[in-house]
Amino acid sequence: MNPVNYLYLAALLFTIGAAGVLIRRNAIVVFMCIELMLNACNLAFVVFARMHGNLDGQIIAFFTMVVAAAEVVVGLAIIVSIFRTRHTASVDDASLMKL
Amino acid sequence: MSFPLLTVTAAVPAVGAIATAALPAARRTAAKWLALLFSLATLALALLIAFRFRPGATGPYQLTESHTWIPDFGVRYELGVDGIAVALIALTALLIPFVILAGWHDADVLEDTRPNRRWRPTQGFFALILAVEAMVVISFEATDVFLFYLFFEAMLIPMYFLIGGFGDRAGGHGEEEAAAQRSRAAVKFLLYNLAGGLIMLAAVIGLYAVTADQLGTGTFSLQQIVEARAAGKLDIATGTERLLFLGFFFAFAVKAPLWPLHTWLPGAMGESTAPVAVLITAVVDKVGTFAMLRFCLQLFPQASSWATPVILVLALISVLYGALLAVAQRDIKRLIAYASISHFGFIVLGIFAMTSQGQSGATLYMVNHGISTAALMLVAGFLISRRGSRLIADYGGVQKVAPILAGTFLVGGLATLSLPGLAPFVSEFLVLVGTFSRYPAIGVIATVAIVLAALYVLVLYQRTMTGPVRDEVRAMPDLRVRELVVVAPLIALLIFLGVYPKPLTDLVNPAVGHTLSVVDKKDPQPAVQVDAVPGGDRRGPAVRDQDVEAAK
Amino acid sequence: MENLIALLVAAPLVGAALLLCGGKRLDRAGHWIGTLLAVASFAVAAVLFADMLGKAAGHRALHQHLFSWIPVGGFRADVAFQLDQLSMTFVLLITGVGSLIHIYSIGYMEHDERRRRFFGYLNLFLAAMLLLVLADNYLLLYVGWEGVGLASYLLIGFWQHKPSAATAAKKAFLVNRVGDIGLSIAIMVMFTTFGTFAFGPVLAATGDTGEGRLTAIGLMLLLAACGKSAQVPLQSWLGDAMEGPTPVSALIHAATMVTAGVYLITRSGAIFNAAPTAQLAVVVVGAVTLLFGAIVGCAKDDIKKALAGSTMSQIGYMILAAGLGPIGYAFAIMHLVTHGFFKAGLFLGAGSVMHGMNDEVDMRRYGGLRSYMPITFVTFGLGYLAIIGFPGLSGFFSKDKIIEAAFAKGGAEGWILGAAALLGAAITAFYMTRVMLMTFFGEKRWNPAEVHPHESPKSMTIPMIVLAVGSVFAGGLFSIDDAFVTWLEPVTSFAHGNSPVSATAVTAATIVVLLAGVGVAWLKYGRKPVPVAAPRGSVLTRAARRDLLQDDFNHIVFVRGGEQLTRTLVQLDHSLVDGAVNGTAASMGGLSGLLRRLQTGFVRSYAVQMLGGAAVLVAATLLMRSV
Repeated sequence: MNPVNYLYLAALLFTIGAAGVLIRRNAIVVFMCIELMLNACNLAFVVFARMHGNLDGQIIAFFTMVVAAAEVVVGLAIIVSIFRTRHTASVDDASLMKL
Repeated sequence: MSFPLLTVTAAVPAVGAIATAALPAARRTAAKWLALLFSLATLALALLIAFRFRPGATGPYQLTESHTWIPDFGVRYELGVDGIAVALIALTALLIPFVILAGWHDADVLEDTRPNRRWRPTQGFFALILAVEAMVVISFEATDVFLFYLFFEAMLIPMYFLIGGFGDRAGGHGEEEAAAQRSRAAVKFLLYNLAGGLIMLAAVIGLYAVTADQLGTGTFSLQQIVEARAAGKLDIATGTERLLFLGFFFAFAVKAPLWPLHTWLPGAMGESTAPVAVLITAVVDKVGTFAMLRFCLQLFPQASSWATPVILVLALISVLYGALLAVAQRDIKRLIAYASISHFGFIVLGIFAMTSQGQSGATLYMVNHGISTAALMLVAGFLISRRGSRLIADYGGVQKVAPILAGTFLVGGLATLSLPGLAPFVSEFLVLVGTFSRYPAIGVIATVAIVLAALYVLVLYQRTMTGPVRDEVRAMPDLRVRELVVVAPLIALLIFLGVYPKPLTDLVNPAVGHTLSVVDKKDPQPAVQVDAVPGGDRRGPAVRDQDVEAAK
Repeated sequence: MENLIALLVAAPLVGAALLLCGGKRLDRAGHWIGTLLAVASFAVAAVLFADMLGKAAGHRALHQHLFSWIPVGGFRADVAFQLDQLSMTFVLLITGVGSLIHIYSIGYMEHDERRRRFFGYLNLFLAAMLLLVLADNYLLLYVGWEGVGLASYLLIGFWQHKPSAATAAKKAFLVNRVGDIGLSIAIMVMFTTFGTFAFGPVLAATGDTGEGRLTAIGLMLLLAACGKSAQVPLQSWLGDAMEGPTPVSALIHAATMVTAGVYLITRSGAIFNAAPTAQLAVVVVGAVTLLFGAIVGCAKDDIKKALAGSTMSQIGYMILAAGLGPIGYAFAIMHLVTHGFFKAGLFLGAGSVMHGMNDEVDMRRYGGLRSYMPITFVTFGLGYLAIIGFPGLSGFFSKDKIIEAAFAKGGAEGWILGAAALLGAAITAFYMTRVMLMTFFGEKRWNPAEVHPHESPKSMTIPMIVLAVGSVFAGGLFSIDDAFVTWLEPVTSFAHGNSPVSATAVTAATIVVLLAGVGVAWLKYGRKPVPVAAPRGSVLTRAARRDLLQDDFNHIVFVRGGEQLTRTLVQLDHSLVDGAVNGTAASMGGLSGLLRRLQTGFVRSYAVQMLGGAAVLVAATLLMRSV
């Protein structure tokens, strides 16, 4: 199968993720959408690795996964602590840091 | 390897600063004495430098030390002094003990503000003063541009805290308002000087790039650059040289301060305590004018000549503007600050007149202005501390109740107005003559300032010291022993250097000759050659020619 | 012998240092120390004078080089003294009159708690004045020049608690500083022209120099002389300077310091001889001032201010003579010396009168004092006769010679100057007779219950007697065989003027105008009683009382104008210079305020910004690649 089709898929997934981040208010959902974008990137990396015949893309995909895992840990911790204090997970409510 | 005298001279006050700062809160008095001791040790070392220095010796710098520091960027730890630097190091080391003595009780008022065992304002105050001294001394010694820049900028940190942290509580609006004013003045001081310093940093990097480009290896060494230029190996493009010159000059003009970059000075001097004000104007600001002589002129001789007309006009404006504004001040310390602006105008005028009289005069001016302003400002500080007000209008008839205070104040004032017989006259006249011999119009206009100086000094004296005794000053005590110990040596020095300035001119003349030869300027020759002097053993033109050769 | 010269200056200088730094311990002996050192200086001067008389006329000048003062490149200023006949004349006058006035002050200042300080200042003045006349170069002269200015400042303002005294002192110093600009610039021009400013080389080289530079030097020296010698247009300080104690007025503001301008011009004779324009300016200043001072002197009711106007006018004579060139220099100095005697005597007399009258200075409250203070009356009277030029007394010889020399200037100038000098002589006779009549004659206009006029103590009368003797005989003595002219000739050079009017005619005219002046004064003040309250007077009288409106002019132009200027500058400094900086800071703040609005606090709006930024970056990359 033509690997370019996988790139289209990756672009589609990224767009869906980006739209989700912009539209949804629930922090958990926003978070999932970010993960979706990251994974779309991973897919694109793997596809490029395959297309160009070297391993760089795959290695970067691994890096991304590790970073994403770390990010999930920190991010979820923040969301949970916000939910505990404010009893809501809406991202629009957490706007106290502006001046 | 010979004894690193210059490094030690800078290191002693630095060690003193650390030692003073480390003393526990209860050892307040010990901190004062320790600081005084270290400043006196520095003075001894500075005198040792002056005695070890041979004015007639060949080579521009003596007592040199040179070590590699950051080889990757061509930064070296290079120290060396010429006559000008020796004079200014001596001035700095001389004034600091008096500053410390005069500020003996300046931090006391802060002691009780916080019931905290780690609250140590006294230790901080004196440690900061010593830190400033260390940095100023090393700035005078550095012959590596980067090394100089480092301490030129680092000086701002202790100065910021000295200005912002310690005030004389005499602003007349209560402590809240005074603290706010003080912190504004400190921030203004910092921002002005930082802005100047950052522009200079760009020029410093530019200098490195140019030398790296043309010499193969970049260097910050003043001597290397001057030699390379003399040998024809280094030829900075005209446009580049001018830009780099402006970058350096801007920083020094802020520090000096030159009109229109002066507005930080009255605030900083007005709001800080009198000893700190002396530190600003008599010591720290001298680094600016000194650096004009050492770095601006020697690194960028062509660009200096190119910028001379504009700089002279700015200096002339400073001279008259500072004097005129001093006349209109209602606050004693701000008046002295504006007078200083006028005097700094004279110094810059002398430097850029590019004559040996002008530059020797400018160097002497730096020293004499330091001493005379210290005398006037410190006595003003004693006066202000007695009455708790800086406003001229709050005084009157002090002469009657405190004649010694009034007398010393008058002598300080007379020195400020350059009365012949006192040291500032020598330098002011040299600057005027040096300027006049190349730029007659500017010399003549600058002479008008001697009337304005008399006006602001005598009006100040008349309003504060003479007339009927006001009730508020009736109980004013005369100078105490500690205060007399501060003022009397300064006055003695003013008289001595006014009557016999030869030790100083002998020290400075060769260095000025070297600077002028780097800039490639010669003194204008008189229109008529006078010979055959009847009577006396005055030297004729023959000796003068020898001198010119010696200067070369 | 030349090593003694420094001693002349050193003695009073040591005195000043001792008395000013010595503290209260010296309060009781201070005046004796001061007087002793002044007399010591006079003794040294006498020794030097005797030595000088023993030498041939051409070899009398002595030099003493002390040390190199300011050596920088071609600029060489030395501390070196030169004692020639001109300096010697001044040294004798300064130390002689100075010593007498020290003695007088012992009595006059007896009840002043700061007497020690007063003597310290007097000694300081002597030292500075001697430095001025002994210096062998212009820069050292400048030191003395400002030194006497300082001493004058301190002494005018000696009674500092009086605001008027403090103001007068400040004014004197400031006006003098305006003159000092002239001296500074003159020295600078000399340095650029000759490469030196020592008397010898400069005065010898005037022949090789363009007239333009010499005229510049001459005019600047004249400005300096105007300041120090209270000549128009810088004369306004002298009247106010009378706020000082009377011995000070006698010594500084009559006999010595104010004549320094005459010394300067005479000393620089070679420059003026080669610069006719500058010389013309000098005679104009002299002629204008001698009339100006005389007119002011006519209107003043304050005895010291009337005498101050007279001083101004007499120095005008000297400046006029000095401006005439070699035909006048010697007479200028001769008049200076005789004036030193009689004017000092007159001031001391005035001080003696004030001493006996509870410090009253208004002559309208004197009257009929001759029987109460006979010695004062006689000495004052002799001084009076001398100043108006009564035949046979000192003033007659010196003033007559000046008037003669003025006519000898030649041409229309000579006639105008001669006429002015004659007119001045008439007015002098008028106002001095007025002073004399109002003080010592007529009926008593004081309240015997409050004031008890009495003769002053011996320490005061003896100096007055000595000075009176000088006022009577000095002029005659100097004129025997033209002794004074011969004495000064090697220094100042001398030329006989060709007067279009014969000497006898001039003398006759002088005597006629003198009698006319005295007569008019007697008609106005001797025959009729003097009202205690000053009458309104004519426009001229009222203007003269206000120093011919010069102070008003200065006040409006310089004081008001200056205040306005400084106030504007303060505003500008605040709003423009500082404003530019503060403005930059404020506009930066405003800009960040605007940018702050972008930070809404909504995560999703930040996300949109990120997306937009990323899109722009990608677009830019693509665009760059396609180009």
